[in-house]
Amino acid sequence: MAELKGWKELPIGGVIDKPATAKEYQTGTWRVIRPVHQPENCIHCMMCWLYCPDQAIEIEVVDGKPKMKGYNYYYCKGCGLCANVCPKTNDKLPEEKRAIVMKPETEFQD
Amino acid sequence: MALNIMQLATMFADKNPGITSGHRLCPGCAAPNVAKFALMTAQSLGYTPVVGLATGCLEVSTTIFPFTAWNVPYIHNAFENVAATVSGVETAFRALSKKGRLVDPEKKYAFFAFGGDGGTYDIGLQSLSGAVERGHKFIYIVYDNEGYMNTGNQRSGATPPGSQTTTQPVGKKLPGKIQLKKNIVEIMAGHENVYVATVSTSEPMDFFKKIEKALQFDGPSFIAAFSPCVRFWRVNDDKAVDISKLAIETGYWPLYEVERGVYRITKKVKELKPVVEFIKAQGRFRDLLKRPDAQEIIDELQEYVNRRWERLQILEEATKDKPIR
Repeated sequence: MAELKGWKELPIGGVIDKPATAKEYQTGTWRVIRPVHQPENCIHCMMCWLYCPDQAIEIEVVDGKPKMKGYNYYYCKGCGLCANVCPKTNDKLPEEKRAIVMKPETEFQD
Repeated sequence: MALNIMQLATMFADKNPGITSGHRLCPGCAAPNVAKFALMTAQSLGYTPVVGLATGCLEVSTTIFPFTAWNVPYIHNAFENVAATVSGVETAFRALSKKGRLVDPEKKYAFFAFGGDGGTYDIGLQSLSGAVERGHKFIYIVYDNEGYMNTGNQRSGATPPGSQTTTQPVGKKLPGKIQLKKNIVEIMAGHENVYVATVSTSEPMDFFKKIEKALQFDGPSFIAAFSPCVRFWRVNDDKAVDISKLAIETGYWPLYEVERGVYRITKKVKELKPVVEFIKAQGRFRDLLKRPDAQEIIDELQEYVNRRWERLQILEEATKDKPIR
């Protein structure tokens, strides 16, 4: 939100007249742990896409089948639900064998 | 049409499921998934969803002015009257349809009302009962997070006994809430001409099937969705699905449906786990477990869960192919 509007500029009753404007709001700043996708281990089962509460998983359709592309870090809040439901990710596997690795946000510099 | 996750993903790869990114619910919340699953199912079956939303977590964090996270026709109203509002919307639609004033008469609409457990179990119960009794064709979905979580964890009719809340804290005298959870499913099933079901996000296929059934049911439907609140149940952000699974396996949240008085258990758990596993997994019961009388409360809950499970099985057999209306 850039600047607060005066009451004369606001729509009557505070009605929001455009749908899906929340997309402009960056929720990625909330993140403390970052999920990192490792495509070589991914089986594209779409469980992460199904359970992402923020629709932050980007997928594409290749030959009629959905493929996991990666994360949209603009929205990802870092809850870790994707890694939890991922069948190729669990605590017993070493990190390089997992499809999704949760890393602290401090390891990244952007 | 049987839906599966791959088909849905193909369908919604470049389309929004109805609730968009950028809403401000807590990380790991299960409520947006309840809305997402329901709206996706409706859209994949060719319906245009129309959503009414009662005050609650889902409402206050998805529609903070000037933003809205809804990509479907949406109306917000007060805590107590979402069912009344959506029944009005549905009636208006029928009236316009009768007069031939719809722009696209071929279009199918699905009317959804979402409410939290506060807006359903306690505050919105009478408007919901009225709307269901009048037989409007709409789907009411309650996302049950067992408390007024939006305002900071106050006790509601859905809170389980022994749970830590700010209005009934676990202290020296009281072990948290003393009463058992209200059985909203039976209250709604008592309206008879209704499709009632319990769902959980940990069983997506079951969820889709029940929404599909509700859409095709000729009359009102009520869906109770188990929706863990990661913040006030004091569990890790990524544990919403695990806790839901545990609730089903322990029998705390049995998955069943009641269609005009005919009971059907949709997830038959062979051997129920003890409820104490569900309790120990959550931090909101931590103070209860420290008390000397913790075992009594757990035993009481366990006995209730066992009896309800037995009762459901008996009801399933007794009501088989015998609709009440």
